[in-house]
Amino acid sequence: MSEERTPQVPTEEGRQQTQEARGPALTPRGTPQAPPVRARAGDEIHPFPETAVGEGDVRNADAGPEAVRGTSLWSDAWRRLVRNKLAVFGMVVVGLIVVAVVVGPAIIKAATGYTYDYIPPDSKLVQSFPPFTAPDGTFSWAHPMGTDSAGRDMLARVLLGGRISLMVGIISTVVSLIIGISWGATAGYLGGKVDDVLMRIVDVLYAIPYMMIVIVLLAFFGAQSPLKQIFLLFAALGAVSWLTMARIVRGQIISLKNQEFVLAARAGGVSTAKIIFRHLVPNALGPVIVYATLTIPSVMLSEAFLSFLGLGVQAPYASWGSLAQDGIQNIAIFPWQLIFPGVTMALTLFSLNFLGDGLRDALDPQMRKF
Amino acid sequence: MFRFIVRRLIVTVPLVLIVISLTWGLIRLAPGNFYSTDKKLPPAIEKNIRAKYGLDQPWYVQYGKMMWNTVRLDFGNSLKYENETVNDILRRTLPVSATLGILAYLLALVVGVFFGTLAALKPNSKLDYVSMALAMLGISLPNFVLGPILVLLFSLSLYWLPPARWNGFPSWNLVLPVLTLSAIYMAYIARLTRAGMLEVLRSDYIRTARAKGLSERAVIVRHALRGGLLPVVSFTGPALAILISGTVVVERIFAMPGLGNYFINANLNRDEPLIIGIVAFVSIAVLIFNLLVDIAYAFIDPRIRY
Amino acid sequence: MSEQNGNLLSVKNLRTYFETEDGTVRAVDGISFDLKRGETLGIVGESGSGKSVTNLSIIRLIPSPPGKIVSGEVLFHGEDIMSLTQEEVRRIRGKRISMIFQDPMTSLNPFMRISKQLMEITELHLGHTREQAYEHAVKMLETVGIPEARARANDYPHEFSGGMRQRVMIAMALSCEPELLIADEPTTALDVTIQAQILELIRKLKEETGTSVILITHDLGVVAGMTDDIIVMYAGKIFEQAPTTELFAAPGNPYTKGLLKSVPDPADDEGAELYQIPGLPPDVAHLSPNQCPFAERCYRAEDICRREFPPFVQLNAEHFSLCHFAEEVYADSRAGRGDAPAGTTQGGDGR
Repeated sequence: MSEERTPQVPTEEGRQQTQEARGPALTPRGTPQAPPVRARAGDEIHPFPETAVGEGDVRNADAGPEAVRGTSLWSDAWRRLVRNKLAVFGMVVVGLIVVAVVVGPAIIKAATGYTYDYIPPDSKLVQSFPPFTAPDGTFSWAHPMGTDSAGRDMLARVLLGGRISLMVGIISTVVSLIIGISWGATAGYLGGKVDDVLMRIVDVLYAIPYMMIVIVLLAFFGAQSPLKQIFLLFAALGAVSWLTMARIVRGQIISLKNQEFVLAARAGGVSTAKIIFRHLVPNALGPVIVYATLTIPSVMLSEAFLSFLGLGVQAPYASWGSLAQDGIQNIAIFPWQLIFPGVTMALTLFSLNFLGDGLRDALDPQMRKF
Repeated sequence: MFRFIVRRLIVTVPLVLIVISLTWGLIRLAPGNFYSTDKKLPPAIEKNIRAKYGLDQPWYVQYGKMMWNTVRLDFGNSLKYENETVNDILRRTLPVSATLGILAYLLALVVGVFFGTLAALKPNSKLDYVSMALAMLGISLPNFVLGPILVLLFSLSLYWLPPARWNGFPSWNLVLPVLTLSAIYMAYIARLTRAGMLEVLRSDYIRTARAKGLSERAVIVRHALRGGLLPVVSFTGPALAILISGTVVVERIFAMPGLGNYFINANLNRDEPLIIGIVAFVSIAVLIFNLLVDIAYAFIDPRIRY
Repeated sequence: MSEQNGNLLSVKNLRTYFETEDGTVRAVDGISFDLKRGETLGIVGESGSGKSVTNLSIIRLIPSPPGKIVSGEVLFHGEDIMSLTQEEVRRIRGKRISMIFQDPMTSLNPFMRISKQLMEITELHLGHTREQAYEHAVKMLETVGIPEARARANDYPHEFSGGMRQRVMIAMALSCEPELLIADEPTTALDVTIQAQILELIRKLKEETGTSVILITHDLGVVAGMTDDIIVMYAGKIFEQAPTTELFAAPGNPYTKGLLKSVPDPADDEGAELYQIPGLPPDVAHLSPNQCPFAERCYRAEDICRREFPPFVQLNAEHFSLCHFAEEVYADSRAGRGDAPAGTTQGGDGR
């Protein structure tokens, strides 16, 4: 019998926190019942990824007419999200940056004719100018971020770099999502030996120093073509992050597995695969969304440092990391070559992290700070 | 516990061998080779080179030889630095990387735990917001941006600190690289500490401790810290993984002759023995280190039974 | 240290509110009661009624954002706890007023040995040395019935079963022979058989030491055998207050009657439907001050219940009820009449 536990801070809103919604994978209020799952790579961002977004927050809909405000989980979460100023800031800035990298290059080209690879034919202009400076030293709107040593407009390059960096970040995250969700959902739902084996593999893979292998991979296979290199990056970086995703999804699935609506589906004869993908996955989505949002900046950082080392994005493409590598050569004389891509990247990551944090607070009421 | 350790150690060996095999496979499968870059060598010379390095033998023979050597921890001579064995290079570079890494992590622990705990004790205060915002900055600012900015500021503008180069331990040359390397850890640890402490401070057993009449300081130090810092302890495992990539960048920027720097060079030079040697060494180190972390965890949390 | 009317504890008009996203939750909204030396008081109510908050407020353990003890006095031996400094309150906690909590699994520090958790209380409050504290701890463990106490004293909490852990909590609470023990749902998280043992233990210790006890629970069965007086709480208010036997024999409040009816009676026919008070617990963040909080669910409710806050009616010397129809309900109960809906006089089964 699961009575309502008198919570430490009493039921503030009078909600029924059903104890059934919390399965063994979770950390209930207070200390865990089982030895806690120890944090692994990726958990450093959020140490308790297992807390499920269960149905504990939805009021019983079968009570008296006026006693219930039918709040769904998502609208609740949205309300909380927009109340978090930092998260809103993150959302807005990310939105602006995305818009900028998508349409910016076209606008600049239309306005000034500069693209990321346009080298001015006049050899006197093939040098690095500081921001807002014309060749003769007067103020000019032409190059708000200056130029690089080949005379190319930095703003255009930073925007292109943004495109590539964001693209790598998003696509790699999608790759890791696909692998991680399939893996974790299967392990969680099928349980037993399958679960054991699948998760053992994850444990083992966790121990490997991935980055080294990725470096070798990129160094040796890279020189082929810049485009291939980028695809290689998608695969390699995606393969790095799916492990934690698998763990999170598995935890969610386990706690949801025993809930009644799954029993109902099974009684109706729905096949296992369908159950996994149509019923369980949407409900497990909360922490997955949070983790995905936090994976993007993490992956972008990895791509950036790989590009910085010369192993990632190659010319003629540019990413923020490769721009940083270009820029660091002349840090003493033309610091803006490094600073602009660097700061732009930091700003983007900053915003993404705030957004991810905000999402986590919004979707996981237990982690709320009062 | 003993059986657990033994079991883990036994698993380590095949794991490392798999990683090595994978690495070797990647190297061999890749197009091109280490001895010629653009121009094609005359066939006679090429034949000699291949014979010298045993490249003319069937692949499984070469694989077997490589594995056998690896097991004996004899990686041979570097291809690029021909007078040195790989083990020599490892011996030379490890202290450099280790110094940077250990100093960076210690700094991060001290600063991170301190501010994280303070933030947890006064949630939503100015201190909390500022610390967490700075922590967020630490996570978002790539070290290859932070490093040069620090150099720009403290070396090239203020002339307080040397910009690069290894100068032994202790020396002022360590300050900027350690700071750069440490930033992201400080950030993670501060956030983890804050979250962990917040969680613990809300738990029932802290309420019991308060109900016993203990002073707030006793409650925090005697009761809350141990549970609250658990996430930080378990973070040390993955932290090492991040450290690897972090050290590589920092060593490049500050021209430090450490493992990371040599690893990148080895890759760029296609120096197979050196690559294999470093990968083997780092894999073993990581696995053993994770084992130590797990053991430490068991000491801290009495509920864990291996 | 003056004692007012022989009262050990006097709670006057306690109000504790919580600021949440949904608004201000008035968890405890004007509670007053007295407790004499050696008495056992039961506080009964559903989840969210405010019973736990009341008791946390007594020793000022309310987490301060978001909670706040807004007003009221808690006179312990005549001294108002609300006006003491933090330091002084700490000297009372654990020593003169102790508390045990509902969930022994999470209420003990999992990282610390039991012995140490016991020792720190007496080292702090009684000035014991390590050896003295240790001996005392073992003795307490024996008193609460832990088998092989000396051998097990250095174990960790997870090595004990649930019932044993609760015994350890009781040992901790009684270490300094407090004058008042507050037991917050001590048996809710335990098996039924263990429940009985724990309650028996509490009763025995109470008799041996003369400690006053406040026993909080939602389970009427628990209070029936243990308490001298009972307070029934709902929505942060006291709905009924009476000596135990009187409350069970002749309840004066529809809510109480509902609670009593909900207790399954073994004498009922097999297959008879279990009674449940209709509706849900109230939304304590949005209570209207101009109606009875129980009106929506009350069988006896009339128009006036939704328009006016009910009066706190004194039914006899020690029996009070918060209801517009307190006297009628009381009279019905005394006459053995069942629950009569509003507007009728007789009816229902005779009880």
